[in-house]
Amino acid sequence: MVKRIVLIKDTAATGPDTTRDFYNRFLDGIREHKLLDEIMVVRAADLGYYGHGLVVKIMPNNIVYHNVQNTDIERIIKSTIEKNQILDDLILNEKPKQIKVALRNCGLIDPENINDYIAHDGYKALSNVLLEFTPEKVIDELKKSGLRGRGGAGYPTWMKWKACRASRSNPKYIICNADEGDPGAYMDRSILEGDPYSIIEGMMIAAYAVGASKGYFYIRAEYPLAVQRIDEALTKCREVGLLGENILDSKFSFDIDIRLGAGAFVCGEETALMASIEGKRGTPHPRPPYPTGSGLWGQPTVINNVETLANVPYILCYGGDNFAKIGTNSSKGTKVFAVTGKIKNSGLVEVPMGIPLKEIIYDICGGTISGKDVKAVQTGGPSGGVIPNKNLDVLVDYDNLQKMGSIMGSGGMIVMDTDDCMVDIAKFYLGFCVEESCGKCAPCRIGGFQILQILNRITEGKGKIEDLATLKRIAVSMQKASLCGLGQNAPNPVVSTLNYFEEEYKEHIINKRCRAGKCVALLTYTIIQEKCKKCALCFTNCPVKAISGNRETGYKIDQSLCTKCGKCKEVCKFKAVSKE
Amino acid sequence: MENINTEEIKSLIQKWKGKDGNLVMILHEIQNRYGYVPRPVSLEVSKETGIPLARIYEVITFYNYFELCPPAKHTISVCMGTACYLKGAPELLEEIETLLHVQEGQSTEDGQFHVNVVRCLGCCGLAPVVSIDGKIFGKVKKSEIMEILSRYTHEENNVKV
Repeated sequence: MVKRIVLIKDTAATGPDTTRDFYNRFLDGIREHKLLDEIMVVRAADLGYYGHGLVVKIMPNNIVYHNVQNTDIERIIKSTIEKNQILDDLILNEKPKQIKVALRNCGLIDPENINDYIAHDGYKALSNVLLEFTPEKVIDELKKSGLRGRGGAGYPTWMKWKACRASRSNPKYIICNADEGDPGAYMDRSILEGDPYSIIEGMMIAAYAVGASKGYFYIRAEYPLAVQRIDEALTKCREVGLLGENILDSKFSFDIDIRLGAGAFVCGEETALMASIEGKRGTPHPRPPYPTGSGLWGQPTVINNVETLANVPYILCYGGDNFAKIGTNSSKGTKVFAVTGKIKNSGLVEVPMGIPLKEIIYDICGGTISGKDVKAVQTGGPSGGVIPNKNLDVLVDYDNLQKMGSIMGSGGMIVMDTDDCMVDIAKFYLGFCVEESCGKCAPCRIGGFQILQILNRITEGKGKIEDLATLKRIAVSMQKASLCGLGQNAPNPVVSTLNYFEEEYKEHIINKRCRAGKCVALLTYTIIQEKCKKCALCFTNCPVKAISGNRETGYKIDQSLCTKCGKCKEVCKFKAVSKE
Repeated sequence: MENINTEEIKSLIQKWKGKDGNLVMILHEIQNRYGYVPRPVSLEVSKETGIPLARIYEVITFYNYFELCPPAKHTISVCMGTACYLKGAPELLEEIETLLHVQEGQSTEDGQFHVNVVRCLGCCGLAPVVSIDGKIFGKVKKSEIMEILSRYTHEENNVKV
């Protein structure tokens, strides 16, 4: 039986990655000591430490050694692994930059084994709550913790619960919003797949607090493994009596069903989500009435995001005060971000609220892949905005990001370098929202389409300077008049890129130039005669015969024929084709 | 089109009968069984559940997940999530479109490949991502597309690429 896990990772910022080599040596050592059956050695993707050379983490004792050399392997195995002695010269006491709360069990426990979850304090919070807490006290504890919704808007969770509890009508419902549609974000997926029981426990505590008897998981159909894991977890919970009638011999009865999304982004919006669970088209309707008063089938309903619910058992297990110690005044706890795009170490990070954005991008994720400057960081997905390079020292929490013209959102964080065009990125997000608009209200349906048309014109070099004013005007009316969050926030990427990168828009319009080289229609390919070796590779490869000349005179590109496919630049071995 | 087995449909519906808001879930069952929602099946659902056909179509056409036409043998999904988009997914799509002579959202004439664009497959760390019949290909380069596609065509030896 495996008793211990040894995690290995080379955290040095420079030089080649030596993890694999060290791993093999370590494994050899373990083999020599005949410990193969007891120790599992794993090459970790990330340990939360950076710039500490080779780091060895021994679980479950949680001993961390840094700057480990190959010669230390023997010592570690002999003293720490065999005799539980700690080597003082190697021990690392630095607090890691990441703190795991929502992801506390991901990767640590077997998500298909309920006993493993229980062994890691699983259902401890629930049994505490059922035995000792009144529903009011649960809500109080949540209030102390300061937990705010992790789905994007950041509404205090306790207020939602309290409002729902105050509604007199019965039955009440709890919905877990697992319709993670924001492109470039996969935090919820990781929790659903890696720690399904904690979300279920969170829902049960929520149900107890508001007096609900029935819960629904609303999961995207695009996440089949998540659906399967949750389904199996629910079955298991029913078997052992953690779901159903009189849970843990209390008066509390609760059960959960799964409903699948069917590929509609707007269904992440709560009123649309409820329509979808009811088996209808997922179109939103105006609020108020809020779901806490009149939600699913007209009954009081609480809708919480996956990550929010995963935090709940932690709060009830270790106390709201303890949770509130992490984070800033207005934003408590941690937030999981999916850092993707042009970033070196792309992946999930869980950081305390109030961490400087710079630390996430450079210290944790290692900067850009290309080594070029970060141009901007986009947060909040299609409903968010960009944060330009000069503001990277912003402290990440709900209010600060809002002040910057972006939002926290569900946790997507896309890093862009100088090769990315801001107009193009705005166009990308707008295109997404236009396609996903449900079409119910005119500001979103027509406004989005008009903005997209204008952006298309600008990237094709047909923009007019008046377009910028028009863009702003349409954006304001969409923000003010749209029915739901999708339409209200759809213009955000345009507004924020216009705010920080207006020059770039103007360059596209006036100079017909795209400095990032993204907008194809504005590019010109030319052959640099000084570098050209007259090898004729471009000439033979041009698919539209836009290159003319011969081996004596050299070659040139006929701009009227060129389709800007880039083939000539691709094949040229001498970098003699320029693109600008 | 394959024969529609009324009994089978009834048993699919039976699973969800009497549950609130079951239409979307019934359509999921059908979509998973047939790869699309055939009209005769919709009629059958309408008969069984008493939901008017118009309402069923209203729901089918709203959600991207439900298809009204039979699928091709292999479905190629090019991820256009933000991470993939930034890392060159549009070029991959263009390459696939050129190689197969189809546009996004269409199937090849011989019904072997269907090309579509999806929003996010949730594996942004592997961007850019292309998935074929649910199998994920990560960090795909434009130059690798031909080879990847040929793995699927060589199985049959009858597809022009």
